[in-house]
Amino acid sequence: MEPLIRVEQLCKEFQTKDGTFAALNNISFSIDKGDIFGVIGLSGAGKSTLVRCMNLLERPSSGRVWIHDRDIAQLSPKELRRTRQKTGMIFQHFNLLMQRNVLDNVCFPLEIAGVKKKEARKRALELLRTVGLEEKASAYPAQLSGGQKQRVAIARVLAGDPEILLCDEATSALDPQTTKSILALLKDINAQYGITIVVITHEMGVVKEICNHVAVLDHGKLAELDTVAEVFGNPKSKAAKILLHGELEE
Amino acid sequence: MQDLGIKVLFMGNNFWRLLMGMWITIRISLISAALSVVFGILLGMVMTVKHPLIQVLTRIYLEFIRIMPQLVLLFLVFFGLTSTFGINLSGETSAIIVFTLWGTAEMGDLVRGALISIPKHQYESGRALGLEPIQIYRYIIIPQTLRRLIPLAINLVTRMIKTTSLVVLIGVVEVVKVGQQIIEANRYTVPDATFWIYAVIFFLYFIVCWVISAGASALEHRWKN
Repeated sequence: MEPLIRVEQLCKEFQTKDGTFAALNNISFSIDKGDIFGVIGLSGAGKSTLVRCMNLLERPSSGRVWIHDRDIAQLSPKELRRTRQKTGMIFQHFNLLMQRNVLDNVCFPLEIAGVKKKEARKRALELLRTVGLEEKASAYPAQLSGGQKQRVAIARVLAGDPEILLCDEATSALDPQTTKSILALLKDINAQYGITIVVITHEMGVVKEICNHVAVLDHGKLAELDTVAEVFGNPKSKAAKILLHGELEE
Repeated sequence: MQDLGIKVLFMGNNFWRLLMGMWITIRISLISAALSVVFGILLGMVMTVKHPLIQVLTRIYLEFIRIMPQLVLLFLVFFGLTSTFGINLSGETSAIIVFTLWGTAEMGDLVRGALISIPKHQYESGRALGLEPIQIYRYIIIPQTLRRLIPLAINLVTRMIKTTSLVVLIGVVEVVKVGQQIIEANRYTVPDATFWIYAVIFFLYFIVCWVISAGASALEHRWKN
């Protein structure tokens, strides 16, 4: 399989008042097209920073991120916006537009892309069917549960017809049962549309449920990278062991 | 009916004069409020800039205006400018300047509060959707800011309308002053005019402020879901 995303010697430093803090330290890996790739680590390991570098919400201090063999740091602002439209992202806090109902939220990226209103609505309704929320089309986000909001956010991302879906702790605010159903939906989307999914999480359960490959981050370094079966069956790094056993070892 | 002081209202064009007085009040408040909203939004945006000098300057302005009683500001502008710089402003212009200075400071602080209350991830998700900066403001930030702002801004406008009664003291003949003139002119013929005139003034203020608050709560209600 061809790699869709390549991360090459990525470093990200933040200036704090105690000096420079390296959030990411020389990270390299690649993600195949159609894969479901997990990035796991304890809080502060740099997972969120890593995923934010993949659509340049954060600019790397050094190193490169290639998508389709193009260095995204070299794109013009216009090309970058187009790349971002093709790289959907969902968040822990859903970030729906509160003043618009569910259908209009899903229509939103289509409107921005200049799709005609009637067409946009038709497509949005289809997507709402995909995520199992068509009967909530005229509800407002405030009337939905967390899981339903995340489904709307997923439908909205799909409206942009993305190739890549970045999930930043997308299930961390949800209860276990809802998490399961959202993960099942992501799996469906991966199978149905062939969208490459990158999942950021601190829960091993999430990785086990849907990922094929997983990268373990520890204090900004790549501690381990392998198939999920290998990391779970035979963890080599200390960070992976801690995450697996859920306790701090001395 | 003959003995009721309310008849004073219907003598000559008294009622019309009161309404005209109210119009002066409303005109001063509305012009000041409109200017305050425009300048306040700009000031609020400037106040979110993280530059020490800008922060200190805007802070000083805000505190100065807040600490000064509006009456002192009115005297400063109306009498102070004339005696110190020889600039001769009409009472109404002075009032508009003072209320705009005051409103801009208050509004600026409200806008600043509303802007920083929008979480960072709102901007981020806009960027992640591939929006241009201007679209992020147009579709995401401004609608949310407005919702938080409208109740507070309306409150400010009604306070402004009520505070305009101070402009009597720099010689502007607005509704309260007209009322006093009517009372004085009829001191002997209608001794209890005071009660009726002030009651009418009360209702005039009440109606204006009530219409504005009712409009605001209707908006709030509509936006609730």
